[in-house]
Amino acid sequence: MNILNLFIIVPLLTVVVILFSKSIKTTRVIAAIGMTIQLLLASWLMYYYLSHFGVNDLHKMIFVSDKVWFPTLNIHYAVGVDGIAVAMILLTAIVIFAGVFVSWTMENLHREFFISLIILATGVFGFFISYDLFTMLLYYELAVIPMYLLIGIWGSGPKEAHAMKLTLMLMAGSALIIAGLLGIYFNTPTIDGHHTFNMYEIARYKIPLKAQRLFFPLTFVGFGVLGALFPFHTWSPDGHASAPTAVSMLHAGVLMKLGTYGVFRVAIFLMPEAAHEMGWFFIILTATSVIYGAFGAIMQKDLKYINAYSSVSHVGMITFGLLMMNATAIDGAILQMISHGIMTALFFALIGMIYGRTHTRNVYEMGGLLRVIPFLGTMYVLAGFASLGLPGFSGFVAELNIFAGAFMHHDLFHRVATIIVISSIVVTAVYILRFVGIMLMGPIKNEEHLKLKDATWYEKLSTITLVVSMLGIGLYPVWLTNTILGSLKPIMLKILGG
Amino acid sequence: MVDFSYTVFILLIPLVVFAITGIWGGRWKPIISGLLGTFGIATIFVMSLYTAYQYFFVVHHGGPYKPIVAMNFLWLPLTEHLHIHMGIMLDPISVMMLVVVTTISLMSHWYSLGYMKGERGFARYYAFLSLFTFSMLGLVVATDLLQMFIFYELVGVSSFLLIGFYYQKPSAVAAAKKAFIVTRFADFGFLIGIFILIYYTHSFDFLQITDPNTPIFETALGKTFLGYSALSWATALIFMGAAGKSAMFPFHIWLPDAMEGPTPVSALIHAATMVVAGVFTIARLFPVYYFFTPKVLLMVGYVGGFTSLFAALIAMTQFDIKRVLAYSTLSQIGYMMVGLGVSHYGGEEGLGYMAAMFHLFTHAMFKALLFLGAGSIIHAVHSNLMQKMGGLRKYMPITHITFLIAALAISGIPPFAGFFSKDEILAAAFLHNRLLFWVEYITAGITAFYIFRLYFKVFWWKDTQYEHTPHESPWTMTVPLIILATLSATVGFVPFSKFVSSDLMPFEPETHWNLVIASVSIGLLGLALAWLLYRKENDLPDRIAKALGKLYKWTYDKFYIDEIYLFITKKIMFNIIAKSVAWFDRHIVDGFMEGVAVVTEKTSEKIKGFQSGHLQQYAFVFIASVIIIALTVLYFIGA
Amino acid sequence: MIQGIPITHFLVVSVIMFFVGIMGFIIRQNLITILLSVELILNAVVLNFLVFNRYLFPHHLQGQFFGLFIIGVAAAEASMAIALIINIYRRMRHIDPDKIREMKY
Repeated sequence: MNILNLFIIVPLLTVVVILFSKSIKTTRVIAAIGMTIQLLLASWLMYYYLSHFGVNDLHKMIFVSDKVWFPTLNIHYAVGVDGIAVAMILLTAIVIFAGVFVSWTMENLHREFFISLIILATGVFGFFISYDLFTMLLYYELAVIPMYLLIGIWGSGPKEAHAMKLTLMLMAGSALIIAGLLGIYFNTPTIDGHHTFNMYEIARYKIPLKAQRLFFPLTFVGFGVLGALFPFHTWSPDGHASAPTAVSMLHAGVLMKLGTYGVFRVAIFLMPEAAHEMGWFFIILTATSVIYGAFGAIMQKDLKYINAYSSVSHVGMITFGLLMMNATAIDGAILQMISHGIMTALFFALIGMIYGRTHTRNVYEMGGLLRVIPFLGTMYVLAGFASLGLPGFSGFVAELNIFAGAFMHHDLFHRVATIIVISSIVVTAVYILRFVGIMLMGPIKNEEHLKLKDATWYEKLSTITLVVSMLGIGLYPVWLTNTILGSLKPIMLKILGG
Repeated sequence: MVDFSYTVFILLIPLVVFAITGIWGGRWKPIISGLLGTFGIATIFVMSLYTAYQYFFVVHHGGPYKPIVAMNFLWLPLTEHLHIHMGIMLDPISVMMLVVVTTISLMSHWYSLGYMKGERGFARYYAFLSLFTFSMLGLVVATDLLQMFIFYELVGVSSFLLIGFYYQKPSAVAAAKKAFIVTRFADFGFLIGIFILIYYTHSFDFLQITDPNTPIFETALGKTFLGYSALSWATALIFMGAAGKSAMFPFHIWLPDAMEGPTPVSALIHAATMVVAGVFTIARLFPVYYFFTPKVLLMVGYVGGFTSLFAALIAMTQFDIKRVLAYSTLSQIGYMMVGLGVSHYGGEEGLGYMAAMFHLFTHAMFKALLFLGAGSIIHAVHSNLMQKMGGLRKYMPITHITFLIAALAISGIPPFAGFFSKDEILAAAFLHNRLLFWVEYITAGITAFYIFRLYFKVFWWKDTQYEHTPHESPWTMTVPLIILATLSATVGFVPFSKFVSSDLMPFEPETHWNLVIASVSIGLLGLALAWLLYRKENDLPDRIAKALGKLYKWTYDKFYIDEIYLFITKKIMFNIIAKSVAWFDRHIVDGFMEGVAVVTEKTSEKIKGFQSGHLQQYAFVFIASVIIIALTVLYFIGA
Repeated sequence: MIQGIPITHFLVVSVIMFFVGIMGFIIRQNLITILLSVELILNAVVLNFLVFNRYLFPHHLQGQFFGLFIIGVAAAEASMAIALIINIYRRMRHIDPDKIREMKY
């Protein structure tokens, strides 16, 4: 059996076992065991990949298997991963692992909560392992739907409205994606009277430019909605603000990356000619996202809103890097997917933990927390440093690659856009330090806060996992960049070859 | 060939100490962290000295001092050809910096054992100190521009952590943020400068780009933008980064506030680590500046000259002793920039380069001494303000003597260290740029005046009544003072030009006796003026201040540069841009999305009446329609 | 073929029944009478089936079968409908379709 199927089977088995659980105690232990297995599997996969492909080897898809499951439309269940997918799988495994521990005390409807959470993760894993466009879409939807329940039931604030907003906007995105995918499908050559959904078969063929001009924007915007592309980002602040902690983590950390990964794998990889031609427009949009999100974050009061806007900015940087269409920038963009995934998950986890203690997310009502909760405070500062791109954390590596790659572009327009995007690092520093200063430093504003307790073991476990992952990439990035750059080689041939 | 690969431990030891004390420091007795940090630094101090000995006297005895790459490993591949390496490059200036940084850092560590005793977060403090030292050491041994940039950022963040050490004090938090954000803004320029350089040359390796005969700049020189070559823009932007770290005008505003950190940290920042990073960067890239973009180099000189005069003027009017010292740092760093700016290349022509590095070296010693002395005073008096001091020479003899030595050194009075280096900068300026010479000459006088104003106000002036009688500091604090005082008095005799020069060849500088006399006399003039005004309590200084009126006020308020910055950030960035973006997002963008939803809802509200649910109505419409359609079809087709 | 009675007579009866049914369906305010009207419509259709079968294809029986089917369906439908109507009556004490609006928008 193909080892990749385990990534679907393990979570599903976990879900089945959770069905029989009686109390939160057993539920969370089962979930933790399942997700630990998942994390080990993902680490093993990464290790396997690293040990089989050196810097100069020809990188190939591994664990490829292909089964027809709907012959009429030639839909396959096709799985296989390259280095990029492996990295994304590892990211997902890390975030869901941390997410389970963050939800350790989720008493309310615990079984349903963990089941939805794990189904969501299953969708994400499925998305990353498959390379049949239709199957990808299927998993994509599988990941989006539980989100509605998770926010609508376990959320806070005006949760129903926000859940509805988020789901509707993402569904609108899906509609565009479906149109785009069908457009691609019907523009592929027929083999035995069938078109194909197989990504790599499509890539071998050049989709007619006329069709590309129509379907590139569709898929780009469709996936872009999930990637919080300006101006379709407004679900993100509201949705994240209402979502329970683990869901925010998973959503900002991983689901948004589904969007950018889709942009990369479907829009840019399959239709590079249109991407070259129409890229300028989307570069303006993404550059706007970057600056706009950063400025938007400055004036927020709610911690989750701050982080949501900051995500808009950082994820904008991913799509910006992808649009630069050169190996360095795309490498940076993929690194940023991983880096931002971990970093923002850490942020949301910490926000959840701080909120659980202070019962407020308004930064102006907090102050001097570093003194009462030193562990969480320090972790928050570290997350902040990662977010503002401090060397030693993964964010720096990713941003440096994006900026360097983007600045290598021969077109002056691209370089000017790059300078604008780079200026965001200053704004990011401003808001991160501002809020760290207000919330963690200074005198204690609320006497009640003096009684707060520092992190428990499960909180420590989840935050430390995330911080260690960030440092692991940030201090010695070569192992990851080699993986990504190696896998990018065949892709770049298609993107640049035209 | 001597193997220099052990130098990697010079970087690794502080990093490991940082990690250990950072993670476990809170668990054990604070003093263990302090001792661990101090011994770590002591080890690398010895290693640095050994490295310097090996480099100057064994490997390259008598020069030329060729750079040695002791270690280099691939850290991040950017493209197929451009790779960021982490490595250690040893050349005269980096070896010199290793010695300076480890010396000052060791003194700060040692001194802090007494100064910070009993403070909350002692372990954290030592962890940060180690991180700071590590970052600066990484910066000076960088083998390529991006490694330098990486450590620039790390220096910035360690300064943030240390300045904000008393994180419950709002002013400390504000100062820490300011330091980080201002230097970050400058680093933004630095990064773009590096990128422009990479774009045209495809290289950012120091060995390649600092070769005077390198052909790689041709395309960069060919491209022009607004009349200047692309390379000029690149080097100017790199200077922007350097100016940020070195607190040159207009990025100087963070430095005076940086004194919010503990005093030994100020000593470290001002003397050896952060602020000299910019000077070091320019020196590192000196061949690029000199050979390819001389106009930018001249700009460096002018910015340095302006800053040194400007800061010296402000320093005359301040009452906070650390603030006076902070502005004096600005002024002295300005000197170094002038030295670089007026320098030419090779031998005697490159006097400015050598003098700037020499001044960096001597300045580190006496500025650290001044700050640590100030720390000792503050420790005794529990105040930063001069008004609350006076007559301290009786209570703190060691601090008094060491402070006097430092003051003499910074004023350029022979035979103390500052005299030699400052005199050479003046000579270099005299030879190549008269305007800058006069600026620096006047500044030298002002320097002597303000430092002795400080000295007399603190140690003489009047016999203040203290709540607690001040007493001399413990030996952990005084021993570093004595060591540094000895160094300040003697390092001037080091034949610096034998080791450091613009073209890596040792040379023998000429002595310009007329300049020596002129510079010493203006120093003495400033000293004498201060002696007249401040030796005994009197109201003459106040009357002079009154007579100067507006001018005095402006200087006292630091020419309102802070207010301008505050206006730009608070008013423009926060209130105008950020607020309008937030409003725009909530109301226009999100409003549009919500609008779509509202319109959908409204429309359905309007049209839902059509689906009344009245079966009979449906049946009627259905049948009527059938009949109408049938008739129409019959009319058009059937007929 | 029934001697002496032309097909048109049957059809006229059937049309009258049909439209009476339609008319009743649209204008009556009582569910029972509406049900009666539906029965009328169905019966009109059944009559048509039978007549066409008898007059046009006397050797086939499909029309007859269809008639039987419709009668069967109509019986089932009537029983369902009356059961519903009785329940509605029990709950609301009337069977005026215009006033039954609990489940509407």
